[in-house]
Amino acid sequence: MVGLFCIVLFASAAILAPLIAPYDPYAMNGSSLDAPSLTHLFGTDLLGRDILSRVLYGAQISLFVGVGAVAIALVIGGALGAIAGGFGGRVDGVIMRTTDVFLSIPSILLAIGIVTALGRGMPQLTLAIAVSYAPTFARLLRGSLLALREADYVVAARTIGASRLRILVRHMLPNALTPLIVQATLVLATAIIDIAGLGFLGLGPTDPRTPEWGTMLVDARRFMQAAPHIVIFIGGAIVISAIGFNLLGDGLRESLDPKLKR
Amino acid sequence: MSREPLLTVKDLAVRFPIREGLVRERTVAEVRAVDGVSFEVAKGEILGLVGESGCGKSTVARAITRVVKPNAGTIDFDGQNLATAEGRELHELRRRVQMIFQDPYASLNPRMTVGAILREPADIYNVGTSAERTGRVAELLELVGLDPRFAERYPHEFSGGQRQRIGVARALALNPDLVVADEPVSALDVSVQAQILNLLAELRQRLGLAYLFIAHDLSVVRHISDRTAVMYLGKIVEVAPSAELNSSPVHPYSIALLSAVPIPDPAIEKKRKRIILKGDVPSPSNPPSGCAFQTRCWLKEKLGNPERCNTESPQLVQVSTGHQVACHFPDKV
Repeated sequence: MVGLFCIVLFASAAILAPLIAPYDPYAMNGSSLDAPSLTHLFGTDLLGRDILSRVLYGAQISLFVGVGAVAIALVIGGALGAIAGGFGGRVDGVIMRTTDVFLSIPSILLAIGIVTALGRGMPQLTLAIAVSYAPTFARLLRGSLLALREADYVVAARTIGASRLRILVRHMLPNALTPLIVQATLVLATAIIDIAGLGFLGLGPTDPRTPEWGTMLVDARRFMQAAPHIVIFIGGAIVISAIGFNLLGDGLRESLDPKLKR
Repeated sequence: MSREPLLTVKDLAVRFPIREGLVRERTVAEVRAVDGVSFEVAKGEILGLVGESGCGKSTVARAITRVVKPNAGTIDFDGQNLATAEGRELHELRRRVQMIFQDPYASLNPRMTVGAILREPADIYNVGTSAERTGRVAELLELVGLDPRFAERYPHEFSGGQRQRIGVARALALNPDLVVADEPVSALDVSVQAQILNLLAELRQRLGLAYLFIAHDLSVVRHISDRTAVMYLGKIVEVAPSAELNSSPVHPYSIALLSAVPIPDPAIEKKRKRIILKGDVPSPSNPPSGCAFQTRCWLKEKLGNPERCNTESPQLVQVSTGHQVACHFPDKV
């Protein structure tokens, strides 16, 4: 429930940002490094921009890049996992060894490598995070498919003459998707942190004025002593959204997993 | 009943390799799940197959339904060899050999409606028009004593007995000649067991089906089957008409098994002698030499451990009409 509340807060902030943000996130509306007040609820940054508005627009970036990245990872990883788990044999071996290689590299490092290779920018950032999480999904789906291969209803489908493809699509995949959906919500939390992390390392959006949480955090870090509120509000936003997706994932796992239901 | 054989299994063997090695996998040993099994099922006949868990009963079922491919032997089904069939030939043969599973909770896809489950066989084999298939679903549900309106529901809405009826209906969808029932009632409550057994017996009468009925419960097999085969460690040790096996078993293992069936009469129950087998079933990856049963055989002990039991594997021999036994000393019991 807490998770759902955090997500609703985060998602509505992201979607409604243009409507509810009190100021233009790019414009200078006050003096430098103002403390929180009624005119600027979260205070202002070095250039006098409203932090609340920037945090709201930042949520938008995190949500879009995060959801986009997880969606791409789910499609790539899901396809690979379905092929590996559904057909087995040599194909399975090749796909799984490849994912092993990717999994042995820390995801943030892999993302850094990809952004460095492809250049900075939003699409590249999305793709980098997608590629670093695809192997997780591939492994997960393959695992559930392997467990299902010996399930009675899958054997039953074989005895009524169903083709491999039919068994995979009609009997195995629908029963293997639940853990994948749960994992996707959990990965979304990590993805949001990764986006901020890449931004913090200077690999975020090309335009330095973009209200991306990680980029904003770097700027604010220098004034941590003088204006701690900036770091606290931005950090708080990251923490709430990440915890939200984590709790939502746990909740989904409990409500979707038939084994826990019984 | 006609004696024309529908299914003739000869020297069937199914072995599962045990692999070891990280980089290069080598086969270090193998489990002989089924080790030279032969039997026949006539048209319209029910053959019971009994044995302890792990003796290879289910593997026989899986070989006949070709879920696993046998390593050796032939499975002659109405003139065609099921053991080696592939592609189209196998696809067409599958229609005629269907299976009922043990666990009615695991054998129905939880994400499909009952209607979709029962329709699928017809969809796969392109039987009839769409409307005919829907009609067939209702027909099947009625056949197994369920309300045709259940077609829209999901498996989790049903009890174990109802689910097993759905499993039976699925097996009948393609009008098979042979139904392999792998412990179809052992997961059910005793009160429901009788219902399913009666349903299976009734369907046999109405549709002229033959069953290979697998169970570990002798009283269940006795109730339904015409003939009974007893399996031990991947081999058939005795086959006889069910009544005869019950009244005069010959193989020491069958005798021990039957002596364990409780009799619902305290007076008789008190007097009769039970034979309790010592030890466990040997591992099928390392079966004993000679007779598979020699490590636990009470008859061997009584006869003073004859050498023949250790060295020679007994073949099935006829002791009376339709009664075969794999024991070196069938007359010493």
